[in-house]
Amino acid sequence: MSQHVHPLKDEAAEKSFKLRSRPWAATFLLTGGLVALVLGLGLSVSFGAKAIPLYTVWQAVFSFNPDVTEHQIIQELRLPRVLGGAMVGACFAVAGAIMQGMTRNPLADSGLLGLNAGAGFMLSLCFAFFPGLPYMYLILYSFLGAALGTAIVFGIGALARGGLTPVRLVLAGAALSALLGALSEGISLYFRTGQDLAFWYAGGVAGTKWPQLKIMFPWVAAAIVGAIVLSRSLTMLSLGEDIAKGLGQRTKLVKLVCAVIVLILAGSAVSVVGAVGFVGLIIPHLTRYLVGVDYRWIIPCSAVLGSLLVILADLAARMINPPQEIPIGALIALLGVPFFLYLARNERRSL
Amino acid sequence: MGSASYSLYERRSKRRGITVLAILGALIVVTFIISVNTGYIRLGPLDLIRTLFGSGTDKQELILFEFRLPRIVISVLVGAGLAVSGCVMQGISRNALADPGILGINAGAGLMVMLFVAFYPATAAAPVFLLPLLSLLGAGLTALLIFTLAYKRHEGLSSTRLLLTGIAVAAGISAATIVLTLSLSPEKYQFVATWMAGSIWGSNWKFVLALLPWIFILLPFVFYKARVMNVLNLGDTTATGLGASVPREQLVLLAAAVGLAASCVSVSGGIGFVGLIGPHLARRLVGPKHQMLLPAAALVGSLLVIVSDTIGRWIIQPSEIAAGIIVAVLGAPYFLYLLARARS
Repeated sequence: MSQHVHPLKDEAAEKSFKLRSRPWAATFLLTGGLVALVLGLGLSVSFGAKAIPLYTVWQAVFSFNPDVTEHQIIQELRLPRVLGGAMVGACFAVAGAIMQGMTRNPLADSGLLGLNAGAGFMLSLCFAFFPGLPYMYLILYSFLGAALGTAIVFGIGALARGGLTPVRLVLAGAALSALLGALSEGISLYFRTGQDLAFWYAGGVAGTKWPQLKIMFPWVAAAIVGAIVLSRSLTMLSLGEDIAKGLGQRTKLVKLVCAVIVLILAGSAVSVVGAVGFVGLIIPHLTRYLVGVDYRWIIPCSAVLGSLLVILADLAARMINPPQEIPIGALIALLGVPFFLYLARNERRSL
Repeated sequence: MGSASYSLYERRSKRRGITVLAILGALIVVTFIISVNTGYIRLGPLDLIRTLFGSGTDKQELILFEFRLPRIVISVLVGAGLAVSGCVMQGISRNALADPGILGINAGAGLMVMLFVAFYPATAAAPVFLLPLLSLLGAGLTALLIFTLAYKRHEGLSSTRLLLTGIAVAAGISAATIVLTLSLSPEKYQFVATWMAGSIWGSNWKFVLALLPWIFILLPFVFYKARVMNVLNLGDTTATGLGASVPREQLVLLAAAVGLAASCVSVSGGIGFVGLIGPHLARRLVGPKHQMLLPAAALVGSLLVIVSDTIGRWIIQPSEIAAGIIVAVLGAPYFLYLLARARS
């Protein structure tokens, strides 16, 4: 009897699962997204204070000639900036997707782990006590700050009896962010470095150069591959901790690895471009809406869409009011508000 | 037997609550004396009593009545108002993370102050009395916007939707504020940043007078609604079943919370954390019943702000640190400690 029932049940489960995960849509999104991404990269490189035709962009990339000024502009200024934007977008989006899957909270993103607050705190210390520190060191220190923030939030969550529940993670992140935020506010008020810090909070990819990209790339690539490898476990975890445990998963290990990946992705992104929020919040939502609930699809699609969003936002930030630039983080936040309001109106679950 | 032991329990918890309130009141008085004594010119307890009864020197009178007393009174009022407002928000939304900042009050007031400072020619006289008005306006408008966006015709006001809408609108406003920040001159920036960090800058009797009617009307009103809030805490369905008109009560209480927080923020700047941590501390001290919880939250809030303001004035004399920063630095570690110890 049970032998008859089981296949039926599995089939039903399979069917509903398939209904909610859309591999075809995802494949289409991935290929289309990649094509759009390449186009976006080209456009973003060609537009700017000096408009450069796409053909020259092609030449500058594939047959670089150091004597041509335009080639130099592209190689030295625009290309690293645009590639940096793409990388950062992928980082934030994947980190956000992991956070939302791990905490099962639609409002989670990497800022929740105390990452932004930690990095901001470290930067305010640097600005106050070591003014004129080289850019490379600033990046390094803000990454350290991000790691510190994450470690504290996770440590407090893990110290508590009953382990690391999503609610506790959110509360600890909020409290630590308030603490570090207040400290950096105090320091920057006292040393009058607040406006430098505000530039960082506003976010910008303008300063990205090749050396940073070279350092960042292997880590980010490894972390995204790691995220894709973990995506199966993440799908299970997103069904609920009890279910994941019941299916034989070592949830603590998975959560720890997830946190490390989020730290590498979001930590490096935050330290290079500043506290660009909302990418990690919007993109996973959008992706989930388009491709369904399977994280094996959500994570690669999020990476592509995140890159696309940041590149387009950067392009818009340069085009709206030239030669001034609008801070990209602020622009994305303003774009994100209507989306978020829509989300709020359709949210039926309680928090 | 059951009811007898229950009423015994009731009485005991009531007695405990009254003791806690008395201790908090005593602590506020002690901090008051210390706070009066803190500053460039010292004013000991004896001088204080003498000056209060009109037999101090002119200099002592000037310092006490024109500088220190209004500032302390404002700290007390602001702390009480913000904490009670946070308590109402947490009670209505049944969400431990709710605070007046969720309704965009700090963000709206901040943007208004920023706009004013950015576009007003820098003369000294006018801003002092225009700023509180403007920030009150900004806070009120933001809260209204959030209400309107979160309201659905057939479903009314759900707390989840309210929180999400609040977060979204506040994020948008902060983004706009940051864009404006970058174009300010350093002096103007410093002023706005200090305002946003929450320093008790309106130390003037006129501000006290402007704040008093809000506090004296809205605080008793909220206290009067304590029973209703107990019922609302049980959940919308149960509360409706018990005969409470849930949507109307929610709306009235929310409006009261917004009025309290907006008026407080307009004279104190963004001391947001009091509204989050004040109610939490009070709940640990006297339990979840609002008859005791609301007064306790008010006293805890007052104590927090007056202590923070005193520390902020004392720690790096002659300069000072904004009270909002001290509140967060004192409050957040305790909050984290509570989290690490909590069972579930």
